[in-house]
Amino acid sequence: MAVAYTPGLRVSEDAVIRKQRRLPMKGEVLVRPGDRVAADDIVARAEMPGHLHTVRAGQMLRIEPQELESCLLKRPGDGVTRGELIGQTKGLWGLFKTELRSPISGTLEEFSSTSGHLRIREPSRSVEVRAHVGGRTQEVIAGEGAVIEARGALIQGIFGVGGERRGALRAAVDGPEAVLHSEDVGECEGCVLVAGAGAESAAIAAAAEAGAVGLIVGAVRDDTLREYVGYDIGVAITGQEDVPMTLILTEGFGQLAMARRTWDLLGSLEGQLASIDGATQIRAGVMRPEVIVTREVGGAPGQENADRQVLVVGSRVRVIREPHFGALGGVIELPVELTEIETESKVRIAMVELDDGDEVRVPRANLELIEE
Amino acid sequence: MAEATRIVATDCGSTTTKAILIERVDGEYRLRGRGEAPTTVEAPFDDVTVGVLNATGELEELTGCRFLAEARVRTPLDGEVGADLYVSTSSAGGGLQMLVTGVVKSMTAESAQRAALGAGAIVIDVIAVDDGRADHERIERIRSIRPDMILMSGGTEGGTVQHLLDAAEMLVAADPRPRLGRDFRLPVIYAGNSEALAGVREVLGERVELLRVDNLRPELEREELGPSREAIHRLFLEHVMAQAPGYDKLLTWTSAPVMSTPRAVGEMVQLAARDEGTDVLAVDIGGATTDIFSVFGGQFNRTVSANLGLSYSVCNVLAEAGTDGIRRWVPSRIEPEEVRNRLRNKMIRPTTIPQTAEDLLIEQAVAREALRLALAHHVGLASGLKGVQQARTMADVFTQTAGGETLVEMMSVGLIIGSGGILSHAPRREQAALMLIDAFEPQGVTRLAVDSIFMMPQLGVLASILPEAAMEVFRRDCLVPLGTVVAPVGRARGGNVILEWDIGGEQGELRAGELRQLRPPPGEMQQAELLPRRGMDVGAGRGRRWSGPVAGGAAGVILDGRGRPLELPEREDERAAALDEWLRAVEAMPGGPR
Repeated sequence: MAVAYTPGLRVSEDAVIRKQRRLPMKGEVLVRPGDRVAADDIVARAEMPGHLHTVRAGQMLRIEPQELESCLLKRPGDGVTRGELIGQTKGLWGLFKTELRSPISGTLEEFSSTSGHLRIREPSRSVEVRAHVGGRTQEVIAGEGAVIEARGALIQGIFGVGGERRGALRAAVDGPEAVLHSEDVGECEGCVLVAGAGAESAAIAAAAEAGAVGLIVGAVRDDTLREYVGYDIGVAITGQEDVPMTLILTEGFGQLAMARRTWDLLGSLEGQLASIDGATQIRAGVMRPEVIVTREVGGAPGQENADRQVLVVGSRVRVIREPHFGALGGVIELPVELTEIETESKVRIAMVELDDGDEVRVPRANLELIEE
Repeated sequence: MAEATRIVATDCGSTTTKAILIERVDGEYRLRGRGEAPTTVEAPFDDVTVGVLNATGELEELTGCRFLAEARVRTPLDGEVGADLYVSTSSAGGGLQMLVTGVVKSMTAESAQRAALGAGAIVIDVIAVDDGRADHERIERIRSIRPDMILMSGGTEGGTVQHLLDAAEMLVAADPRPRLGRDFRLPVIYAGNSEALAGVREVLGERVELLRVDNLRPELEREELGPSREAIHRLFLEHVMAQAPGYDKLLTWTSAPVMSTPRAVGEMVQLAARDEGTDVLAVDIGGATTDIFSVFGGQFNRTVSANLGLSYSVCNVLAEAGTDGIRRWVPSRIEPEEVRNRLRNKMIRPTTIPQTAEDLLIEQAVAREALRLALAHHVGLASGLKGVQQARTMADVFTQTAGGETLVEMMSVGLIIGSGGILSHAPRREQAALMLIDAFEPQGVTRLAVDSIFMMPQLGVLASILPEAAMEVFRRDCLVPLGTVVAPVGRARGGNVILEWDIGGEQGELRAGELRQLRPPPGEMQQAELLPRRGMDVGAGRGRRWSGPVAGGAAGVILDGRGRPLELPEREDERAAALDEWLRAVEAMPGGPR
């Protein structure tokens, strides 16, 4: 039933990309169908109601809940400022009054004679959604956002941290096998750096320090990631990390050369504006990090291979599990019958000729298709 | 119902929908076949029944029978087409996600958590007055999660009112939105002090759909979880399921209400405990979560360790157990960084499988830790009531405990059932047995089994209308007996003899630190005479003889002389040597002799 191998990640020079840009709540959409937008353009905006704060007014004034109304100096709908007197008891002969001051600025929304609490809402905040990719507004989602259609290069990574950012692509090392060291970083403010097989922890820190907005690299070691994020990521749901620079891995963890095709494509886009997003979610509805570089091109988009998810003799593959983890090769045989492997499990395998000439058998589940 | 001869049952999981066919042949209910297909609750299908039809279609191909007509599972059976009964469970779309609130974390909030878990929910958070968070932190948290429903508890009858009102205020401030369906009001089940209900209703107003049930902790000494569990189940069907794509259709097909998958497994575990007349522990270890079910003294409990799993959440096991916690189960030297990188790669490519023996052993090491951590979680929650004043005698003064002791008593467990790919599909059944033994440390005499193809969910829902059919299939086709483990409890040191044994006429001595495997004919019960040495206990008391039948199975009878609690050698080389020896002793070493 299920696909018995990992479908390849998309690495496309010329793809049609549709990005849904939605507000977290109802608001105003600023674009119309057909409008052209730049990556930084705001497509929708909303006023998000401020958070509601509960004030235990009854307890603070030392009165019964039903007495609260008579002690309040403000009515629902009134604006209040932090520290402002908003309630007061009558005291004894006008003396010994207990005061209640507002802990925040906002609007008194309501009070309850049941609980003796009152609620103050913070001022609303403006929330904006930008296009993220330059293109054309294909569809407007009423009150929520729009779908932007763009043409350009699309590269999916395998794992990332950090959210959406945009910057010019800049190769920081010489080739896909090279590891990024601190001295490679140089001037990179606002750039999205590209490295090869790995990045040292100090180099990542230096890039962030120098103002790079992103780093695309084949792999990093687990401890490097932990050091960068500041904690162990336990579950593969990312994108919300509080990191100064978005990090996208194209191959995995450890030290793994970036796939040649990915490297070459990124190299051909040197200096162009890349829209990147590290958000990853590896459960139902798989989401992978992505790098998008849009461009103005005429003619029909490049045809993506329709049967790119089918493993056949001749397919280019990468082994994605030990003992040949990271090795590239071509499928030379796909035996139909189940084959016993070293673990003694009986599984479907593929015979693969690795690029170094070795012929190995690999469970199909441990192969990833690569388009070259 | 007794006339049913052909039953189709499906389980709509988060990734796969599984269909099974049960038929009555010569007066016996047996499993006839199984089909599966990807679950289709998400785009582009957005309709769970598509996956049900595909899985049932595969079942048709494999069995040569026809169940589908007019694009549905036909019931009742019409000639040769359809089934007498069609039942289904579901955990698709992330299952039932709940927030629970209570007053005191270890008392009402814990009771509410037990109620929600027992009803098959995933508890996303527990909010209580003493949970160590400030109000604004709780509100932020409630905002960030989108529960399917909320269970509110707190206050015994006649107890606190103010804390319930505070909790209601907090919900208003947080304004939680339901996960599914933008236009319906979030269901809130109120199971707290009845005196606070009117106030809570006033505070919450029309913002939520408030449903009142009996107080789940009417007195400190009494817990009444039944009404809350029933309400959760009802709202699950009426609100949550009705919002999930295609469920309105599925609900019209089934011969019994659709059950949440964990609840169905829980029903089956309880039925098994009654049928076997013993305490039972069952585990389902998956890619994202590990569920543990137990029945002790007739009392059922379930816990979900939401982030202990072997693929998506494998790195959370790593974070909780530590790299050394995992390496300690690997019988060869492997660098910590290597383990960490491998597990990260498993997390991002969860469908890969171990190809080398070393990789398999690492994955099974992670499983041991995930199971161990999940059981520790279960032990904490499956407990007696905390905060109960207990009448004490003078004798108790010397053995005072805090109350709320765990119900989990490993010595009384007669049967451990394991399910989930790593256990059910281990290349050798002995490996599954040893993972369960190492992780759970059963005590005394305990039978072990695995659920062959994880059909406990379907059998659990079937049990709600045809329990004898469910039980017959459970015994004959669902459980694969692994055998029995005999584990004397006590400190086992220095290679001394700790047990003399006579099993089915074969006799011998078990030494401290030794693991030994006997191979009685499978399927036959053997009479066992077990005489533990002084200080050791196999169930009849320290140094006292235990007599009774033991069953063999795929892994035989395993005599575990490593003592309880199980302690691994401190030195790495000694530990690796011991693990190697134990794996070989029970024929669990990949590539080793059988």
